[in-house]
Amino acid sequence: MTQQLMQPPLRETASQTAGPYVHIGLAPKQAGFDIFENNFGSVLVDDKTKGERIRIEGRVFDGIGTIVKDVLIEIWQANAAGRYAHPADRQGGKAIDKHFRGWGRACSDFDSGVYSFDTIKPGSVVGRNGRPMAPHINFWIVARGINLGLNTRMYFSDEEKANAADPVINLIEWEARRATLIAQREDRKKGPPVYRFDIRLQGEGETVFFDI
Amino acid sequence: MTPTVPLGRAPQPDAEFMMRDTTSHPSALAPAYKTSVLRSPRLALISLQQSLSEVTAPVFDARELGALDNDLILNAAKDGMPIGERIVVHGYVHDQIGRPVKNALVEVWQCNASGRYRHKKDQYIGALDPNFGGCGRMLTDDNGYYAYRTIRPGPYPWRNRVNDWRPAHIHYAISGDGWVQRLITQMYFEGDPLIADCPILQSVPSEEQVRGLIALQDRSHFVQLDSRAYRFDIVLRGHRATLFENRVQAQGALK
Repeated sequence: MTQQLMQPPLRETASQTAGPYVHIGLAPKQAGFDIFENNFGSVLVDDKTKGERIRIEGRVFDGIGTIVKDVLIEIWQANAAGRYAHPADRQGGKAIDKHFRGWGRACSDFDSGVYSFDTIKPGSVVGRNGRPMAPHINFWIVARGINLGLNTRMYFSDEEKANAADPVINLIEWEARRATLIAQREDRKKGPPVYRFDIRLQGEGETVFFDI
Repeated sequence: MTPTVPLGRAPQPDAEFMMRDTTSHPSALAPAYKTSVLRSPRLALISLQQSLSEVTAPVFDARELGALDNDLILNAAKDGMPIGERIVVHGYVHDQIGRPVKNALVEVWQCNASGRYRHKKDQYIGALDPNFGGCGRMLTDDNGYYAYRTIRPGPYPWRNRVNDWRPAHIHYAISGDGWVQRLITQMYFEGDPLIADCPILQSVPSEEQVRGLIALQDRSHFVQLDSRAYRFDIVLRGHRATLFENRVQAQGALK
């Protein structure tokens, strides 16, 4: 700690855009070739993962409403019990799920622009000062033209009561903007419920992004 | 075993990270980099005090990676070696206090020696190299150290202003110990004359921060009669000191 008081901290390395070819490094199959034996992807669950299976689908729009088709999104979330698979999460009474890391990566489809994740609905995590946070999923968005990765959160439309009490949603002074963080649930005849989460980078309905 | 604390307590204050100094980074809107014009938020970011959602991050295991994942010279070679200058790139990932970031996932991607990316959307006339893929990944060791070998990428023209050329660069994505540390950047090469004209680099707000993106030739790590070496260190967000503010907060959380 003494060292911290004596010297100013170093500067964080400058961010740069992920560029149009981010898929080569982070999702080579989407770039059009197969190189790694094990690929990181958009399916966060296996057969034994605990919790309600859900699918997240959405698109990303630019400032004039054009679909951004070269975006890469990563998500990070707690498990069904509301615990993150990380040593800094020491919440008692919530078990780690060995079958759930809570992290995934997806690219928008080059033609339709749709991205998707197959995951579970997270439980509530304790926030600062003991206030529970509504179930949510952390999003990180990078693409050509985005100079610093954008952070946001996705909340669930069927958690109205928890959302109304959520300390982060309530930080957003402009109530109309809060809706940009709520994914709408659609129950389909086949398969898990789908939460639709569109992201608007700029302009009307601009998604709330966070400086974390 | 990590000790648990009762439900209702805030995350350990010592797990929090320093706030991001936005003057270290390009602005979202950098008009000379034309694509940023419609892809940059116009409204202010909402600042969050960190919770467990921000101070945690995925943990990776070396068993998830393959033996050649950090060898771009061999990991896509089919019937020979890729063409171009053989180089080793190495360095340390540390935080703003200088502490190593252990087990960080470092992912890299690049074009080949003629400036062509192995990507279905890259239409550049430069030739593809049948023996070069252009991506690799590795985890840092306990000292935050990483190393990989590759072919030095070439510069290439891109659709911005008509004669814009990207200086030779390697893209990096780094995943550290906390979600707030997630970073994407690009590494450039010492002495490249295209660095001065690049609108993407010009979006970086200070010369000092640009220098931080330029790898230096490192003769001490040349591989004899084989490869040159470049050194590139990365600084991620640092953990905060535990000062009075946090103690008060921790007491509040106990109630």
